[in-house]
This record gives sequence, C-alpha cells and structure tokens, in this order.
Amino acid sequence: MRKKVIFRGVGLPILLLAPQLAVTIIFFLWPAGAAIWQSVLQEDPWGLNSQFVGLRNFQEVLTDPDWRLAAWNTLIFSVAVAGSAMSVALLLAVQADKSIRGANIYKTLLIWPYAVAPAVAAVLWLFLFHPSIGIIGRALNAAGILWDYKLNGTQAMLLVIIAAAWKQVSYNFIFFLAGLQSIPKSVLEAAAIDGARPMRRFWTVVFPLLSPTTFFLLVVNLVYAFFDTFGIIHALTGGGPGKATETLIYKVYVEGVQNTNLGSSAAQSVILMIFVIAVTAVQFRFIERKVHY
Amino acid sequence: MSAALEGATPAARLQDDARLAAASRRRQRREKWLTHLWLLLGVLVFAFPIWITLVGSTHDTATIGRGDVPLLPGSHGLENYTAAIETGGSGRYRSSPAALMLWNSALMAMCIAVGKIAISLLSAYAVVFFSFPGRMLAFWTIFITLMLPVEVRIIPTYQVIVALDLFNSMAGLTIPLIASATATLLFRQFFLTVPDEYVEAAKIDGAGPLRFFRDILLPLSVTNIAALFVILFIYGWNQYLWPLLIVNDRSLETIVVGLAKMIGSGDTQNEWNVIMATAVLALLPPVLVVLVMQRWFVKGLTETEK
Repeated sequence: MRKKVIFRGVGLPILLLAPQLAVTIIFFLWPAGAAIWQSVLQEDPWGLNSQFVGLRNFQEVLTDPDWRLAAWNTLIFSVAVAGSAMSVALLLAVQADKSIRGANIYKTLLIWPYAVAPAVAAVLWLFLFHPSIGIIGRALNAAGILWDYKLNGTQAMLLVIIAAAWKQVSYNFIFFLAGLQSIPKSVLEAAAIDGARPMRRFWTVVFPLLSPTTFFLLVVNLVYAFFDTFGIIHALTGGGPGKATETLIYKVYVEGVQNTNLGSSAAQSVILMIFVIAVTAVQFRFIERKVHY
Repeated sequence: MSAALEGATPAARLQDDARLAAASRRRQRREKWLTHLWLLLGVLVFAFPIWITLVGSTHDTATIGRGDVPLLPGSHGLENYTAAIETGGSGRYRSSPAALMLWNSALMAMCIAVGKIAISLLSAYAVVFFSFPGRMLAFWTIFITLMLPVEVRIIPTYQVIVALDLFNSMAGLTIPLIASATATLLFRQFFLTVPDEYVEAAKIDGAGPLRFFRDILLPLSVTNIAALFVILFIYGWNQYLWPLLIVNDRSLETIVVGLAKMIGSGDTQNEWNVIMATAVLALLPPVLVVLVMQRWFVKGLTETEK
C-alpha cells in the first residue's frame, strides 16, 4: 500500500474519490443502515406509523416455518448447484488440459455460457423441459414419467438447479483449467515414473494441488447460488409451485415487494448481510493464504 | 514381469518390448478418444439448449404449440425475428419491441461498464498515489460494498431511489450499480506495480498529478481496462433484479427482463417462436463479446477474483 513517491495535496484526491464515495454512501451504506433500522421497527404497510419492537422481527423470521422452508430450499439448491457445476467443470477441465488436437476450440465452445444471463438460461431450459412444448418434457411424459415442473415441487427444484448449474460450469471450468495448468509438469512426470496409474495420479497428486482453486470456487459457487440466481427462479418458477423453489433471497423480495411487510423483509436482509460478511471474511483469509502458497 | 524377462533370450526380449510399446500406444490412442468424447459431450450439453431455441425461433407458432419440437430449422425465421424486433410480445404477456429493449440493455450495460471503470480508476489513483488524511477510511468504505450486494438491501435501496426521484430513469438504473470494490481493488493492485521511477520522472519533467494520470497511467492500464470492460459489460447486460425493481415504464424495459415477462406463467398458448427469437437476441450480444474478446475475458475473470 505504500509508494515511495507520492503526490501531495488533499483536495485533489478527495475530488477523485468523490464519485465512488458518493455512490457508495448513498446507495450502499444508507440503505444498509436503513435495513438495520427498519429491522427493529414494526411499520404499517403504508409507512405512516412505526414503533420500535427490538428483535421481535428477527424472532418472528427465525421461527416462521416459511422462512425455515426457504432456508432449507436455499441449502439444497446451493449445495446441488455448487456440487454439480464444480464436478462437471473439473471433469471437462481435466480433459481440456490434455494435449489433444483442437484443445483451444473446445475451450472456446465451453466458456461462452458464462455470458448468458441467469434469467435467459432459465428460459432456455424452460424451452426444453416445458411439459407440452419442450422436447425433453414431452419425452419424459411419453416415457410414462409425469413431468410438469409447474405442479411438482421436486421437479421444479431440479429444473432450477439444472439451469443454474449449466450457466456456472463455464466459470468453474476456466478456473480449474488455470489451476491445472499451473501445476508443474515435473510433479506429474515424477508421479508417472513412480508408476502411479492416471486415476490414482489424479486423486493423490493433482486434486490436492488443486485444493486452493477448489475451495475458492466452492465459496464463489455458493455465493452465486445464494444471490445471483434470483433471475432463474423468478423467470422459471416464481418460487412455486407452492413455495417449493422459494429461496431466502426470493423471500426477501416477496416479503418486501409483494407483501410490503417491511420489518420482516428488513430483518431477513440483515440476516443475509451477516451471512455475506462472514463469507467475504472467509474468502479474504483464504486469499491471503493463496498469496503465501 | 521383470523376473520373466530375465530368463528370456535377447530376441524374445526385444519382441516383448515392441509388444509393450504397441500396447501402450493403443492405450494412449484410446485415452485420446475418450478425452475427445468427454469434451464433445460437454460442448453438446452446452450447445443443445441454444440449438433448440435457435431452431424454435425459425418455426411458426402452431408447430411449436402442438409440441412437435423440430430438430432442424424451419422457414419462418425472418418473420419471427421481424415480429420480435418490431413489435415484441403481442400475446397475453406483452413486451416492448426487442429493438427498443436491446437498445436499453446496451445503454445500461455501457453506462455500468464505463461508469464502474471510470470511478474505480480515479479512486484507485487517489488511494495509491496520494497521501492524505482519511485515505484508509476511504479505502475501507469502498471495500465494504463487497459485502452489500443489491440482493440484501432490496427495499431500502428502492426507497432511496424513490426519494431521489430516480425511479423509472436510466440514471436510477445505472448509477447505483457503478460503485465497484472489485474494479478499484484490481486497479489498485496494478498501480502498485507501476515503478516509482515513472512518478519521479514525471515530477522532474514538471508534470502534475492529472497529467501523469492521463499521459502515463492510463496508457499503461489499457489491457486491464479492456479485460475489465468485457466482464462488466456482461454484468451490466445480465442485470435482472435491479431493472425489475427500478423500472416499470415499458420504454425503459431491458431485454432480459422483457424476455422473462413474455413467458408469463409459461402457458402453452404463448407465441413461443417469437419468445425464442427474443431469447436469441437477448443472449447474442454478451456471448459475442466473450467469443470476440476471449483473451481479455479470461484475463478479466481470473484477475478480478484475485
């Protein structure tokens, strides 16, 4: 952080920082403060009256069966998305890392889904799994499996998981590939000379060396599944059927925007804020370790 | 195996070696095929939804509504895309014409990407090259935004927007999103690697801080700016929750939100062919950016996460 040669003056640097700080204070700190403030108030839906209720909103949220269901859904959803997106990406990255013809073309063809918006990814998979117009949806019904994600909660969850994981594989692929390429070839050759079979070589040598990448991706994938998949759920299932695909973020939205229950929505926001702060802290501790590594 | 070889004659040993080599070549070839197979499978799984959407966008409503999902393109592509671009969704779930929505998305993505880069460059410059009271406080204030994604402060941010009269405006859509801790951290990281001699030389030549920034620092940062631009353009283009909250004026609708609105509750009677054409239009620009600027994209992605 220290430069030996530094410009002097106070006015100019403040001026340079002003736009960033203004946006940060007005649109980040103020609303975050407001969320904390609202979370201890009980307000009527028109915002005319409010009274201080302490931690009652939190108590209500944490004991609300709907919120607990949303927390459970979030857990299932996040673990499934992170797990599947990471394992598929690792498999593909290991293959793409081998010296084969056309490796670069494969790479190009595997990274573009990153650019597809979550909501658009949802729409693409809807075209496939729609029970009456989707090719896979119809095939499933023809095969005797009653498929309708608009009626069956498990199927709805499965569909949002597929759409969310599909989009995230590219990201993981890029990082796993970079991780694999940074493993010194001499290490692999040494293992090969020792007579280790390819599969064994992978699990005992390569995979442990990839663990910083894997851990980093795990955090990123969980955060992605938590926060960036709102569009997928909103466009595909709207949290339904019933509340089968309602995640925590989705619930904050429903509570605040549709039910205008501000106190509860704010309390839920604050709970999520604590979660993000914890994750960010973990992430940065880990990154510090990566620097030493 | 070595015990068996010890007793063998040299000629037999040679033969054995040749056989072993051939076997290992065969195994390698088999492994190569397997590798190609996995990668092809991956490519196909990635491309399949897009292919079906592309194909669907070239058939008429009846074909798709009947459920006869074709695997090869039809002949209605031109009219579907014209319908999508000029009139948009016209069934139960209306949307603006795709031409307008594409324009809105492009404008939003550009404003967000350029805005983020501009204010992050300036603040990283101030934090790295100046010494002034409150420098660390400013740095941490910016850093803290990492911990406050839109999703955890939906309602209060919405209230701020309404209070500032930014509801239903391009400014409301973009300005709150341009604060960026990641971009600032990236530029800060890069600025720290710029040799001190550059600053000294600039000072000796009588160049002020602004001149140094414009003539030396900016040209050095071009690669980083390009890499960041790719990532941020995609980030901006793909926004969903924020436009959904801040805009209900049809003339400001973005294509990602408009597309989702066209689906409604997913009725079979939807004009699926036009919706599919709109989906293709919605994903094409960011995908093209990634494909054309692939090198910058990978660099941007891996560096912003450091």
